[in-house]
Amino acid sequence: MTRRSTYRFRLYVADDTMNSALATTNLQALCKTHLPGRHEIEIVDVFKDPQRAILEGIRMTPTLLRLAPLPMRRIVGTLVDTHRVMETLGLVSNVT
Amino acid sequence: MKLDHLSSPALRKAPSGITGFDEATGGGLPRGRTTLLLGGPGSGKTVFSLQYLINGARIYGEPGIFVAFEETSERILDNAESFDWQLGQLQRKKLLFIDAQPNYDLVQTGDFDLCGMLAGLELQATQMKARRIVFDALDILLAMLPDLSARRREIYRLHEWLVNRGLTSIVTLKAKADEPNSITQQPYGFMQFMVDCSVILNHSVVAGVSQRNMRVQKYRGSSFDENESPFVIGDGGFDVAIVRTLGRDDAKVTNERVTSGIKRLDTMLGGGYYRAACVLITGFPGTAKTTLSGAFAEAACRRGERTLFVSFDSDGTEVIRNLASVGIRLNRYIKTGLLRMVSARTIVGSAEMSLVRIKAIAAAHRARCLVIDPVSALSNTGSELAAHGVGQRLVDWSKADRLTLVCTSLLNEISGQSESDSTLHMSTLADTWIHLSYVVQAGERNRGMSIIKSRGTAHSNQVRELILSNSGVTLADIFTAGGEVLMGTMRWQKESAERVEDEVAEVAGKLKLVTLDAQQAELEVRLKAVQTELLAKQLEKTLLARTTASRKAVILHGSVRMRELRGGDAPKHK
Repeated sequence: MTRRSTYRFRLYVADDTMNSALATTNLQALCKTHLPGRHEIEIVDVFKDPQRAILEGIRMTPTLLRLAPLPMRRIVGTLVDTHRVMETLGLVSNVT
Repeated sequence: MKLDHLSSPALRKAPSGITGFDEATGGGLPRGRTTLLLGGPGSGKTVFSLQYLINGARIYGEPGIFVAFEETSERILDNAESFDWQLGQLQRKKLLFIDAQPNYDLVQTGDFDLCGMLAGLELQATQMKARRIVFDALDILLAMLPDLSARRREIYRLHEWLVNRGLTSIVTLKAKADEPNSITQQPYGFMQFMVDCSVILNHSVVAGVSQRNMRVQKYRGSSFDENESPFVIGDGGFDVAIVRTLGRDDAKVTNERVTSGIKRLDTMLGGGYYRAACVLITGFPGTAKTTLSGAFAEAACRRGERTLFVSFDSDGTEVIRNLASVGIRLNRYIKTGLLRMVSARTIVGSAEMSLVRIKAIAAAHRARCLVIDPVSALSNTGSELAAHGVGQRLVDWSKADRLTLVCTSLLNEISGQSESDSTLHMSTLADTWIHLSYVVQAGERNRGMSIIKSRGTAHSNQVRELILSNSGVTLADIFTAGGEVLMGTMRWQKESAERVEDEVAEVAGKLKLVTLDAQQAELEVRLKAVQTELLAKQLEKTLLARTTASRKAVILHGSVRMRELRGGDAPKHK
């Protein structure tokens, strides 16, 4: 990607369940590799802050939101498929 | 103590408020547990669960949450508008709709769980003190999970959460419509083993007619009606048709009589029909079945009782016009609102559906008397088995609601006099069975009426002739002569012939009497003459005897005297 804007993420997790822990690790690793120094990650625990989960319409955990750059993107799951995640987040061009 | 309370059915069950369902399950859904609702597309899963929540909130004061995975809550509410549920004021406080449809463009990589949703629900359920919850079309969400073990895991997670929260819940899942019994083979079959109650909804088409059935497949810790029960989705939502279960209180019976509208028929029945009885009038086409039921309706209205007249054959206005020709004037009662005519030609669908409509209309009209003309039309559509149940439920319902029911049943001219071929089996259910027939004789058809049965009343065994004229309906004695039944003009002829004969005989009798009188008088005169003659003879005889005696004396005395006078002989010395 050419634009060097900051990526802001919000990750909804459910306590420290396996799926959530996995997603957190995967996201952090991905950011470290591909977005060094230009990412912000906010982690929200749905059990601690259910009101936010309701407002945001979070049904499944973990759910990752890309708040910036716009438009907002939403990915559900443990983020195991790094290529798919990067594609969705706009970190690789579709031409491979 | 506490255990006793818990084991009482009322506390262990959460009533659904759905007609028939609570009866079939002995009180409703298992309280604090999960019920699985399975069915094919359009089988009524959403309607059932929505109605369960609405009734809970409105009738039983139990707020509820509806989690929609397939349709948006907006659309569900739109659809709900077509029922008379009036959701408007309920929705704010006691009913919560949550949209949980997955976005189609949602990207998913790897496994996920439902904790997000449950965390949100937890908060909302606590806030609104929810007691009931519905997960509609959970399969949509489950299908997104990567593998079977993940699905299984999430179902268990959901189930555990529900049980811990003590919510009485319904989870609906799609099932193949054509094989509802093989659900255990389907992807979420194991759910059936997990939940405490499982209900299968089935929508099939039998002989071109839609037929809905509900079956409770399992119910832990409770007895339940195990049979398939037909149900319909009417204006009020679900209506499950069940026949009264054993052990339920019998409807109150009464000795009150209501008139049939025809005086002589009342006399034949010993005073009329019983209140809340089921009267069946059978007959071939044109035997005045409608007329007889119209007479009943008119009489009911005259007493001021609200009456519903359901006609399957013709429009209400036609019935009124036709009945007016025999002096049954129903129009005035239509105007006052006592009588409601319903043309059931407009009711399409299964017999079950028709029955539900009739019930709804009768309830709305607050009817006390009901006429269904002809009830045999109910069995025209749908399967025979279903129709039989409808007949039973019709009678059962009318008795429970204390409606006096008069229904006519059309007999097929070909099938003969027997009514048993009718799939409704009304003849066995009816309390009073009146049969109308034709007697064809000497070039005319005349209507004959007889009472085949009338439970609990002495009734006439006579066949009567039913005469329709523009002044009304009357019954005439039929004429039997030499074992032959005469009706119509032949009866009249015979009657007048008899009358003439009577007169002749009477005159002849009088004549004979006069003759005899004369003869008697003559004899008496003769007798007097003879007696007089006899007396004369006797007198004569006496006279004769006397004269004879005196003559002898004279003769004897004379000879002595003569000898003395002659003096020649001395007789003393001879």
